[in-house]
Amino acid sequence: MKLQVSNLNSHYGPAHILYDVGLEVGAGEVVALLGRNGAGKSTTFRSIVGLVPQRAGTVVFDGEDVSALPTYEIVRRGLGYVPEDRRIFNQLTVEENFMVGRQAPRPGVATWSPEQLYVLFPNLGEMRKRPGGQMSGGEQQMLTIGRTLMGNPSLVLLDEPSEGLAPKIVEQMADAILTMKKQGLSIVISEQNLHFAKLISDRAYIIEKGRIRFSGTMADLEANPEIRDAYLAV
Amino acid sequence: MEFLLVQALSGLASAASLFLVASGLSIIFGVTRIVNFAHGAFYMLGAYVAYMLTTRLAGPIGFWGAILAASVIVAAMGALMEMVLLRRIYHAPELFQLLATFGVTLMVQDLVVVIWGPEDLLGPRAPGLAGAVSLFGRMVPTYDLFLMVLGPVVLGALWLLFHQTRWGVLVRAATQDREMVAALGVNQKWLFTGVFALGVFLAALGGALQIPRTTVTHTMDLSVIVEVFVVVVIGGLGSVLGAFVAAIIVAELNAFGILILPQISLIMVFLVMAVVLVVRPWGLFGKAESAPRPAAGLTIRPWRPFSTAERVAVAVAVAAVATLPFFLGNYALTVGAEILIFVLFAASLHFIMTVGGLASFGHAAYFGLGAYGAAFMVKFLGAPMEAALLVGPVLGLVGAVLFGWFCVRLSGVYFAMLTLAFAQIAWSIAFQWVDVTGGDNGLLGIWPSTWAARPQGFFWLALAVAVIGVGLLRMLVFSPFGYGLRAVRDSTLRAEAIGLDRARLQWAAFVVAGTFAGIAGALYAFLKGSVFPDFMGIPTSVDGLVMVLLGGIETVSGAVVGAVLYKALAIWLMSQTDLSKLVLGAVIVVVVLAFPKGVVGFIEDMRHRWFAPKKAAAEAATLAKVEAAR
Amino acid sequence: MSLLLQVENLEKSYGGVHAVRGVTFSLEAGTLLALIGPNGAGKSTCFNMLNGQIKPDAGTIRIDGRDIKGLPPRAVWRLGVGRTFQITATFSSMTVRENVQVALLSFHGLIRRVFGFAGTACRAEAEGLLELVGLTSQAERPCGELAYGDLKRLELAVALANQPRLLLMDEPTAGMAPKERVELMRLTAEIAREKGIGVLFTEHDMDVVFEHADAVMVLNRGQLIARGTPLEVRRDPQVRAIYLGEGLLYDARHREGSAA
Repeated sequence: MKLQVSNLNSHYGPAHILYDVGLEVGAGEVVALLGRNGAGKSTTFRSIVGLVPQRAGTVVFDGEDVSALPTYEIVRRGLGYVPEDRRIFNQLTVEENFMVGRQAPRPGVATWSPEQLYVLFPNLGEMRKRPGGQMSGGEQQMLTIGRTLMGNPSLVLLDEPSEGLAPKIVEQMADAILTMKKQGLSIVISEQNLHFAKLISDRAYIIEKGRIRFSGTMADLEANPEIRDAYLAV
Repeated sequence: MEFLLVQALSGLASAASLFLVASGLSIIFGVTRIVNFAHGAFYMLGAYVAYMLTTRLAGPIGFWGAILAASVIVAAMGALMEMVLLRRIYHAPELFQLLATFGVTLMVQDLVVVIWGPEDLLGPRAPGLAGAVSLFGRMVPTYDLFLMVLGPVVLGALWLLFHQTRWGVLVRAATQDREMVAALGVNQKWLFTGVFALGVFLAALGGALQIPRTTVTHTMDLSVIVEVFVVVVIGGLGSVLGAFVAAIIVAELNAFGILILPQISLIMVFLVMAVVLVVRPWGLFGKAESAPRPAAGLTIRPWRPFSTAERVAVAVAVAAVATLPFFLGNYALTVGAEILIFVLFAASLHFIMTVGGLASFGHAAYFGLGAYGAAFMVKFLGAPMEAALLVGPVLGLVGAVLFGWFCVRLSGVYFAMLTLAFAQIAWSIAFQWVDVTGGDNGLLGIWPSTWAARPQGFFWLALAVAVIGVGLLRMLVFSPFGYGLRAVRDSTLRAEAIGLDRARLQWAAFVVAGTFAGIAGALYAFLKGSVFPDFMGIPTSVDGLVMVLLGGIETVSGAVVGAVLYKALAIWLMSQTDLSKLVLGAVIVVVVLAFPKGVVGFIEDMRHRWFAPKKAAAEAATLAKVEAAR
Repeated sequence: MSLLLQVENLEKSYGGVHAVRGVTFSLEAGTLLALIGPNGAGKSTCFNMLNGQIKPDAGTIRIDGRDIKGLPPRAVWRLGVGRTFQITATFSSMTVRENVQVALLSFHGLIRRVFGFAGTACRAEAEGLLELVGLTSQAERPCGELAYGDLKRLELAVALANQPRLLLMDEPTAGMAPKERVELMRLTAEIAREKGIGVLFTEHDMDVVFEHADAVMVLNRGQLIARGTPLEVRRDPQVRAIYLGEGLLYDARHREGSAA
């Protein structure tokens, strides 16, 4: 197992947000975390990388329990996180954004350089000196993924990569994710767009009101429309 | 002509230190989002430590080594403060951070006097730069020329640091989004400490470099912090280049203002600041803050007017207080009247802070203006107390109309800094315009009418004014106007989309708050029988803030409780210790750390925890909010 | 002459970059018009010009025949232009009903009143609007407790408070589950038809656009490149190349061939 999350419970102040969330991700797998808005997808990701202060449970990454570590230590072990809303550094150029994400090469994991990222996302190569704030939403989404890849992660959490993007850009995004998968990366995406999730995922979890309600292959999900209707309200 | 040139050069030399301090403040704010009120204290510490070292170490190496060593030592103190105090409050509202650093400032003021004594100290001249060179037939100190060169050199060095090193790029990234920097594997804790140390180093260096020019005094912190606030408001908070340009503007205005209006040279700076704010609200080189965190409005419990039972309880409490004159002695009643006056003052500040969402750091200005207004009525028109109490607060109203017009163009920390600067301007006018205000000696003989001359009578008067005032403010909260204000505070975007005029509503709220503060001030003048510039001083403003904070910022009328608790505590402390600033500063720091929601907020939280009816619903809502906020 | 909104040759550039170029279109009362296009095509700029937030460099905008040139957003709002935001913006310290009441108080010019309890003002009218959007049962709850879909309904109720003629909706269904999307858009269409309101909305979810819009416009690099019925637009090769892609991301029934 690349990543094993068990009994994850998170709180914000007095409110209990996540209840015993468990997930498993195998090496080289693409797993979708599905759920409607407010179901707890982002909180799950943020809890895994330690951005939610009050959380309990275990997060085992590459065989090591990282649940007590601060965020930067978790990320330095090769667990990359791409946030919803992209969170580009607007004042920094494309090159400088990449510089912030840079980490030392990691043995046994694909190493990324800006040049390789310009191959993966050709648009970015044409605007290396452009400040992040002056880029379109699609370009920013590519930049935020590239920035995380600069840390040479072996697993990436991608929070709603298709949100607010034109269909055509989403198709490009799907291609890029499949390329990353070919490089050996494990990927978890959180999604509401079932069409998109189907294009790229091997397996799926469904989360609702902070609890995992379903786990199975995409084919299982396809075969159980009642589950889909109950939790995703398609 | 030559004289003017030399004057301009002297201004440039002063600009260097101002720039060092202001750039430090800007850099710290950029990354930590904290306006470090203690920056003036570090500037002062830099000067004191440098004085101590330079008087012990001889020769050029000793002198310059001492200057550098002093800056490094103070930077280490700054880093320590960041690690011990600020790390705990990075997620608190801006106001709490400003207050905490102000608490540290208060403590340093007393400590400096304890260690180095209250006298002004004169340090050595800079070896090798002690002379003067002849320029345009006049003598210019060599040291001034050195400072003139130093400014641009530091500017250049900072630019290289932030644009050519990875550390600098990380700092710039953290300026926009600290959490994201951590999520990319950067240990942001040390990044913050490093940035804070750098900023404090610059402040301390600015102070240390003043030694050959002026004496070291224990009041230099407040005077520099106000100037630095003006500099960063003009230049734009977070911009180093802005700090550089604005430091030159302010220093030159000071240099020439002395020639034109020696009495009130601050007025020149004020006028320039006003023009800049009208044209560019975020300063010359600043950028609009995307979403300032409101001072209040974080709660999801809607405010409710009192129920009948609660109304009865309040009426009983007021009636009980009204019987106190039958039991208490004169001293206790005078203290009681003072507390009641501060209840009204705190309630007025609470109104603009919680309903208006604007944390004023200079609310004492309107309190003091009301006091002076009443005093002028008595002194110049021979009016009786009743007339003075009615007309006096009008001066507070006028001040709020004038200052408020500028202030409501800003929000968040900019607003706080500007209100502070205006209060300081009002203070310096009262201090320097001796012919009218009596300056430091104040105006004496402001006595109440006979019926209120005895402590009992005055207590009842203060009680009546406080109850009516707080009642009116509370009524405003639940009026359509109050709802409009809260709408603007909760979501400016939505409020403007439903046709609300943000600036106008907040201006009106500012004037309301200023007027009620003026009423409290007028009453205070009669309680004390005199008026002094210190009524408008920063400590008075901060007293009000602590009362509001102690009461609870998310409550409707928490300030009433906060004022009673704090004022009683402060009066008691004053009678117990000479180091009142030290104790007060420590109290502020502890309050910020221990009661982030205030006493009343704390009680309400407890109440709602006991009687939480729909826990599940609240949790689902929190989840939705947390997820949506990302 | 029942054209509610007439836009002619709208232009806007920022520092030499043309954000919007020669945009001309009109909107009839009671219809839903979708504005789609790649990210950064100028949709937001168009929206912000329509409600007066941004001043156009050139061109005219007429609402019910009246030129809105030079009017601040507040005045445009008074002419009957309502707006909802992509990220919900509500007053979190108030109840659901109070949120609507504030908008009504503003519309009726009562917001400067300093006397009287606002909680009772315009109450019946507020409750009427909440009933219209189906939030009656939630009226007394703190709006911070609402589920996301209900917040969107609240936004709609607030946007209806000024009895708008034109409703601008910026990605109205962003972040919602598919079923909620359908319900919200159905409700919007119903209200629009009943009250004769013209609705202009941006959207990235093609299921919503193709299902609910009466007409679709496509914006690319500041210019309108296509306009027509949903069917016409999704058959347009240029639109497919620039925006729609291969059609993997919306329901098969909306795809070329299976539709019509």
